[in-house]
Amino acid sequence: MSAPATHFTEDATRVAHDLRHRGIIQTAMGKYETVRDQRKMWFQDWQGARNLAARTKFEAINHLDTHLAEFARLLESRGTKVHWASDAAQAREIIFEILRAKKAKVVVKSKAMTSEEIHLNDAMEKAGYEVIESDLGEYIVQLREEPPYHLVFPAMHLTRGEIKDLFQKKLNDAPSDDPEALTMVARRALRKKYLQADVGITGANFCIAETGMISITENEGNARLTSALPKTMITLVGIEKVLPRLEDLALFLPMLAVMGTGQALTCYNTMYGGPRQPGEADGPEEYHVVLLDNHRTLLLADAEQRDSLGCIRCGACLNVCPIFRNVGGHTYGTVYGGPIGSVITPHLRGLQDWKHLSYASSLCGACTETCPVKIDLHHHLLQNRRNASAPKTGKPSFFQKLAFKIFAPVANRPALWSLTTKVSRVGMKLRGLVNGSALDPAQAWTKTRDLPPVAKQSFREWWKEREQ
Amino acid sequence: MTVTLFIPCFVDLMYPQVGISMVRIFEKLGHKVVVPNGPACCGQPAFNTGYWEESREIAIKMLESLKGAEAVVVASGSCGAMMKVFYPELFAGTEHEQAARELAPKCWEFSGFLVNKLGVTDLGAKFPHKVTFHDGCHGLRELNNKRPPRDLLAKVQGLELIEMGAAETCCGFGGTFSAKFPAISTAMGEVKCASALETKAEYIVSCDSSCLMQIQGLADKQKQPLKTIHLAEVLSQQ
Repeated sequence: MSAPATHFTEDATRVAHDLRHRGIIQTAMGKYETVRDQRKMWFQDWQGARNLAARTKFEAINHLDTHLAEFARLLESRGTKVHWASDAAQAREIIFEILRAKKAKVVVKSKAMTSEEIHLNDAMEKAGYEVIESDLGEYIVQLREEPPYHLVFPAMHLTRGEIKDLFQKKLNDAPSDDPEALTMVARRALRKKYLQADVGITGANFCIAETGMISITENEGNARLTSALPKTMITLVGIEKVLPRLEDLALFLPMLAVMGTGQALTCYNTMYGGPRQPGEADGPEEYHVVLLDNHRTLLLADAEQRDSLGCIRCGACLNVCPIFRNVGGHTYGTVYGGPIGSVITPHLRGLQDWKHLSYASSLCGACTETCPVKIDLHHHLLQNRRNASAPKTGKPSFFQKLAFKIFAPVANRPALWSLTTKVSRVGMKLRGLVNGSALDPAQAWTKTRDLPPVAKQSFREWWKEREQ
Repeated sequence: MTVTLFIPCFVDLMYPQVGISMVRIFEKLGHKVVVPNGPACCGQPAFNTGYWEESREIAIKMLESLKGAEAVVVASGSCGAMMKVFYPELFAGTEHEQAARELAPKCWEFSGFLVNKLGVTDLGAKFPHKVTFHDGCHGLRELNNKRPPRDLLAKVQGLELIEMGAAETCCGFGGTFSAKFPAISTAMGEVKCASALETKAEYIVSCDSSCLMQIQGLADKQKQPLKTIHLAEVLSQQ
């Protein structure tokens, strides 16, 4: 087993038994489902909207070359510097070069999963920069020195009591566990940092090719402050975030809000077209956009799974996933958790090291059913399994292959099946003597579940007798 | 009509009553039932584990044994989805693709076959109990079988259906997943049982014996007052 697989199995086992965790997540997701369904009703034709969104995104991805070129050309025409980063190391180096050129000391950030993907905070802190996350949830997990729990709700695994204790310990300021009071504590701390920051780093929700603009959607106004107050702004964004037309936002912004948080629209929706232009009152003096590949083009080359680049990171598949709900976000051990993470992580970080995520699924399909851009998520998990086990594309397990090789003729030959029926009838009785113990060959099942006996007369035996 | 019945391996071994109930129901409706002496399994365990080549060894025999069938009824939504939805993918680009594509539209899950193919909902069954229904994931999402089992239950005399909150949530079985990740699988099963218990129903009914094996196995181990029964067994009660 790979190191990430061992880590996953251990953590999954621990968290799945944690009834407190289960309670917190089930309650939070229950509330999410209620408001999400209310807002979905506001669409005249939700399935029609999904079809349109899926088509638009697929078209955008299939013409990524022209859309990205147009996007970059228009951004640059207004004075933005566009950088192309092939991998995480190159993206970090591009950002460090800007920080060095600006003689930056303090960096304020708004929410960006791409920055988690390239481990930017860690690298910046090690290089001596002071880095502050400005999204409340991200700020909380940063204070706890842990990664975000969820794509959209980074601190959803915490109770307000835990957040109060955290603020008391780290900020020495927590009057009560009232959410508004706690938010004010964070706000006071963060406001100072916006003013001190030399550079602001953001992510992006969409890149509009037609106008050369970045779209950021948020609820706290922190991305606006991150971009408006520091003199230099950097946006780090994956190349797959392109949308062809400005009018596409009319569909994607409400869709992202509904599926992400159950809102009709998030509170602040901003377009960024470049640095401050002559005559404008605010905005950064310098604007850099870093376009990140980091193996996304490998996924683009995979005709079967290319649609997974259409992901708008709404987190809806995580929210409905019974695996995610029982193992929690940190267990995945990688930045993109839940079904979408289980599909794309083997592509982004290596199939053999991360194939376990594609196996850790009952293939229930709740993810595919909910995905607003109709990514065929659970079937992609099957394809990852096939790719991981096929001799040409992966490494078959000797024992599993052997087991299926032996099973095939047993299932195929009625005489052998009949014999197997008789043998397993006896075998199951013998197994019953050690039921659920470490000696039980079926212990993985029987430790927590009873196993029914083999019937005195199987269906085939009954049918044969009846036919005679 | 001649109904070709496929009883999957674990139903054959552990839940023969499900298959026997189906035979009786189809014969009562005046159809001829045929059970081919073909493979015992559809090949799904190997397929879902990623061993498509090994899966094809079984699935090829299945295609041969069902060739020329008028209608194939599969006693499991999961195995039904395997044969109807995944065989064409499994055989894509091979010499057997055509056979898989010909079989697909003729394959039915039991409840979907009764309601959507035969147009039958009232089988004259009596089952004076409060029940809740568990949607097996493959039946629900691959075969789109949300309505048929409920249409059938609605006509059972004395039966009261109380829907549970987590009716569409996976029970945690997932084939080999249940043994590869037993802790996650068990936690999922516990969520399912808790939701079923809230309804105070006496029985959990489903179209999939595999889900019921998971739910009943867990409920028995934890001594929860839950009983499970396959839809076909409910419908054969007179």
